[in-house]
Parts: sequence; C-alpha cells; structure tokens
Amino acid sequence: MVASSPKVISDRALHDAELISNSGAWAKNARQLASARAQEQGLPQRRDEYWKYTRPDVFVQKNVALIPQACPEIGIFADQMKTEIVFENAKLATHHLPEIDNCKIESLSNASTLDLHWVQDIYGKLELAGQKPVERSLAALNTAMATEGLLVHATGQVSSPIRIHSVSIGITDAVIHHVVKVEAGASVTLIETGQYGARSNVVIEVDVADTGSFHHIRVQDGKESHMLTHIFASIGADAKFKSFTLTTDGKMTRNECILDLVGDNSSVTVAGACLGDSNFHHDDTVFITHDAVNCESRQVFKKVLRNGAVGVFQGKILVKAGAQKTDGYQISQSLLLDEDSQFLAKPELEIYADDVACSHGSTSGAIDEEALFYLRSRGVPEPKAVDLLTLSFIAQAIGEIEDPDLAQAILSHLTDILEAR
Amino acid sequence: MLEIKNLCVQLEEEDKQILKGVNLSLEAGKVHAIMGPNGSGKSTLSYVLSGKGGYEVTEGSAHLEGNDILEMEPEERAAAGLFLAFQYPVEIPGVGNMTFLRTAVNSQRKLRGEPEMSAGEFLKVVRAKAKDLKIDADMLKRPVNVGFSGGEKKRNEILQMAMLEPKMCILDETDSGLDVDAMKLVAQGVNALRDGKRTFLVITHYQRLLDHIKPDVVHIMAAGRIIKSGGPELALEVENNGYADLLEETA
Repeated sequence: MVASSPKVISDRALHDAELISNSGAWAKNARQLASARAQEQGLPQRRDEYWKYTRPDVFVQKNVALIPQACPEIGIFADQMKTEIVFENAKLATHHLPEIDNCKIESLSNASTLDLHWVQDIYGKLELAGQKPVERSLAALNTAMATEGLLVHATGQVSSPIRIHSVSIGITDAVIHHVVKVEAGASVTLIETGQYGARSNVVIEVDVADTGSFHHIRVQDGKESHMLTHIFASIGADAKFKSFTLTTDGKMTRNECILDLVGDNSSVTVAGACLGDSNFHHDDTVFITHDAVNCESRQVFKKVLRNGAVGVFQGKILVKAGAQKTDGYQISQSLLLDEDSQFLAKPELEIYADDVACSHGSTSGAIDEEALFYLRSRGVPEPKAVDLLTLSFIAQAIGEIEDPDLAQAILSHLTDILEAR
Repeated sequence: MLEIKNLCVQLEEEDKQILKGVNLSLEAGKVHAIMGPNGSGKSTLSYVLSGKGGYEVTEGSAHLEGNDILEMEPEERAAAGLFLAFQYPVEIPGVGNMTFLRTAVNSQRKLRGEPEMSAGEFLKVVRAKAKDLKIDADMLKRPVNVGFSGGEKKRNEILQMAMLEPKMCILDETDSGLDVDAMKLVAQGVNALRDGKRTFLVITHYQRLLDHIKPDVVHIMAAGRIIKSGGPELALEVENNGYADLLEETA
C-alpha cells in the first residue's frame, strides 16, 4: 500500500509526538511502534479492495465538517446497570472509576504512566496481529494516538455488566482505545452506548484466556456521527466471545471485528442489527481465523434500510490447516424497505482443513407481502405491521445475545425507535 | 350482514377473470357454506373480501352492514368486523404469538375509537380462550405459527377469531390438513362462537367439516359463479355424487 496522503500522516505524527513523549515507558514504546506501522502502511484509499464498498475519506480527511451532536438518551439498560462509566467529549467524566469484585478498571491516560504488565502484553499487540493479511492503518494510528480508554482486567466472574456511556457535545474527534483481559475462568460483559465524538476511531483489544468468557453489547445511535471501530480479540481454549451491535443512526459507520481462535473447543459470535434511514452508510467487516480444533464461529448480520440507506457486509472465515472440526456459520441479510436502498455483501470462506463444516448465506429482500397482509387482515395498520415484520427480521441477530435481560432491553429499545419513526 | 352483488374480479397482473358475477346475501347469525371444485374462485372470494392485493374488482359490490368494504384497507375491514381464517396461516419468526394477538386486538380497538385492553385483562381473556382450544402457554409464547403443526396453526386462527370477536367470519378451507380429532376441536371452537348474531362463511371442498359446523345454507361455486344454493342436503349430494352432476346440470 502506498501512502499517497503523506500530509495527513505527518500532521497526525506531529500530534502523536507530543502524546508519545508524555507517555510512560511501555505506552511510549507501543505508540512509537504503532506510529511507525501506520506511517509505513499509509492511509486507506478508495481504490483499496478492502474499502471497495465504503469510502474511507471521512475517516482520514483532516478537515471534515462535523456537526454538533445532541446527547443521546441514557435510558436503555437503566435497569441492568450497576457499573457505569461516563465519557464526555472523549474524556473520562467518571473521575473515580468503580471498584468492583473480580475486576480492576484503570484509565488509559492514567495507566500509561503505570507499570501494568498485563496491559503491556496486549496494547497494540493484538492490533498488530490483526494487521495481516489486510492492513488496517487506522487501527495502528489509533494505537499511536489514543487519548483515552479503559483497561479492564477480569480475574473472576464479574456479576454485573460494565457499561460505558459516552456523550459528545459539540464537535469532537475522538480516538479511544480499550483493553480487556479476561483471565482463566473469568467472565465479564462490556456495554457501550452513546458516542465518543462526532467522529470516532475506537479500538478494543480483548484477550480471552482459556475458559474465559467475554460478552460485548454496543448501541450506536449518534446522529450525524462518523464511527470507525475495530475489535481485535484473541480467544484461548474452551473460551467464549460474543459481540452484538445495534446501530440505529449515524451517517457513516464501519465496525470491524478481527477474531483469532487460538485455543481448542471455543466459540465466538459476532452479530449485528442496523436500522438505516436516508443518509446512512453502515459497514460490518469481519475476519475470523480458526487456528485451533473444534471451534465454532457465528456471524449474524441483519440490516433494515430505507430512503437510500446503504448497508455493507464483508465477512471472512479463514480456516487454517489443522483447524479440524471447525463449525463456521455466516449469514448476512438485508431488508430493503424501498427501491432506493442498497445492500452490498462480500461473504468469503478460505479453508485449508478437510474436516470442516462451514455455511454462509446472504440475501436481500423486500417486506413479505403475504405476512404483511396477514397482519393487516388482523387489524394491524400497515406502518405497525411493517414494524412488526422488521422486528421479526432482526430477531435472529438479537437472539445471539447471551443474557435474556439484555436481549429484552435491546428489543424494547428497538421497538421504541420503530414506533417513534 | 354481508351483501355481495354481481362481484366480478380479475387478476391485476394478467387479464384473467376469476369471479364472474357472484351474488350472496348472508343474514346475521347464519352459517353459509361454499363448496366447489378446485379453481372455482372460492379462495379468491375470501381474499377479495378481506382486501388482499393483486386483484381488481371490475364490477359489483360488497357491503358489510351497509358499509362498502371494497373501498377499505384490510385493517379497516378487520376493524369493521370482518375476519378471515387463512387456509395457510403465515409464520412470523421473532414475534411472539401473545404480542401479535395483543397488537391485533388493540389496533382494532384503536381504529374503532375504543379504549385499549390492559395487559392484565388481555392475559386473563386470552388464557381462558386458549384453554378452550387446548392451546397451552408454550404455544402462546412461541413466535406466530413458527414450528406449529397443521392443527396448531388452525387452532391458532380460531383463537385469533375468538379474541377479535368479529361479526363476519370467513373460514377458508379450515379443514385442510387436519385429522379428524383436530377438525373436531376446530369445529368446537367455531361453534362456541355461534351466538345467533355472528355470521359465518365456511369455504370447503368436503362435506365432512359441515358435519361438525352445521350450515344453514350451502352454495356451490364453479367457474367464478354460484351455480346452486340449497340446504345442508346439497352438501350431502356433493359428497355422494361429486361436482360433475351439478356442473352438467347447470351447463
């Protein structure tokens, strides 16, 4: 890849030079390496195959017209949340991070000067591992430049989910980097709601040790927002990883998820549902590598689009030689509520083992007229009937959420949004 | 209750006439049955009356209690008291049967300007009615018609009918795909709704359903027209001799 926009990189490099010099030893080292990595890779270009369906411009341009944000409602999950951490304009607004059983939470800005061994083994390392076979220079830039994030170390069962709620008021560019380490036998659920900035570059690195379990739920509803996220995760043996994202607003969203199954008998799920209207572009890009025996991976994506909204799915399952008994499943579907909307899908399988079950499917369709008539014949007015069929369409993705209470909260939230639109 | 006059219908997509002047007059509280061979237009009649798309009414009229239903949206017809029990009930994954029922009941009430039924009241009523139809709590919780057997789907249709309390019920081949026991159960459900005011139009191929749901009037439909009307004995005649004789008679 050729860095054809050196100006942008060097401007940013100036910015990170300051950040790097203020960091402690381990962070300084990781940031310098990442900075060099990003410089070498250059920024993504429109002509890159990897960015074929989503223009990277808005994530790389220096001067993008960002529109001031309204604060999203904080209501969702209100019943479930005991541990909540608030970000405001990409800075921590919760000054005393909660102390909870079986889990230690630090802030990146504070911890970069601390000597945290477990973080040093992950920060920038999983991102680096995820740079092959496709370069993700914006994630490397994130490692170099991230100004804030949480470092979550789960050493046992964490009973209540940890929720990060971010509020962006005004015009904010946010570079956020979270690190999660789930130790053997430990489990933790991370929930992200709100938006860090009008334009956000978010990286989450997750290291799940053998027999560990990580759950992630994310709600993206920032109006006018531009969101680029990467999850890099390494999953050990007999472990579990599940991530679900609901996107109901935002101008441009690209969620990348790069998972490495490195231990036997593990399972991972990446699921997502989005509800797109008019000026809405939503891209799910997933890369799952099976490098162990008897692992299961699931990708379940549902996109409901109208008024010219665009949905993109790029999903790949790579089964390495020796990763026998792999069970890979991938489904990406769109419900196009009118003829102006479009869905672009690129499902891929690359398999080097011979005892493997992998299935994938991708569909685009309109509302089922038979079902619509059935509902209307029972007295349900057309708009409400369309809403019910929309919920019906999305249900499979929500069904991938492990915790029934959280799944119910997502469903209610979605129902409210449908009723309001 | 329901007055159908010279109803002529063709498919929207192709120039094919399906109903060629149907006349029917259904008095309140009566059970009318329509029998007829395949392709005679029975199901089309039920779809046109309930407002399914894809059909064009070229002539004639249909009035429910004096109101022109052909001008109404399907949901308005439902709110006006029309109900169609589907031959093939549609599966709706991800939407709970209970949610669906409650949405339907309250949508109709809203359209009629009536207060909505509270969650508690709804639950009480639905449980009692489900019990009569041997529909268990699990079936109420499951997604609409998903994984239901043929009999369960039809019982679920009758449950919807019982909950929505329509004035005019059209049953489109409700006996298809049912074994004898399931048919009896469905017929019991229908009979329980006969209150002297509610009107039924029962569409069927076979006489055996009419052993359980006794009609007042039987109509024979062929090639888009009602060719003969009579009492329950007409159904027995069809059962014994088939449609061929009747078709010849009127040819």
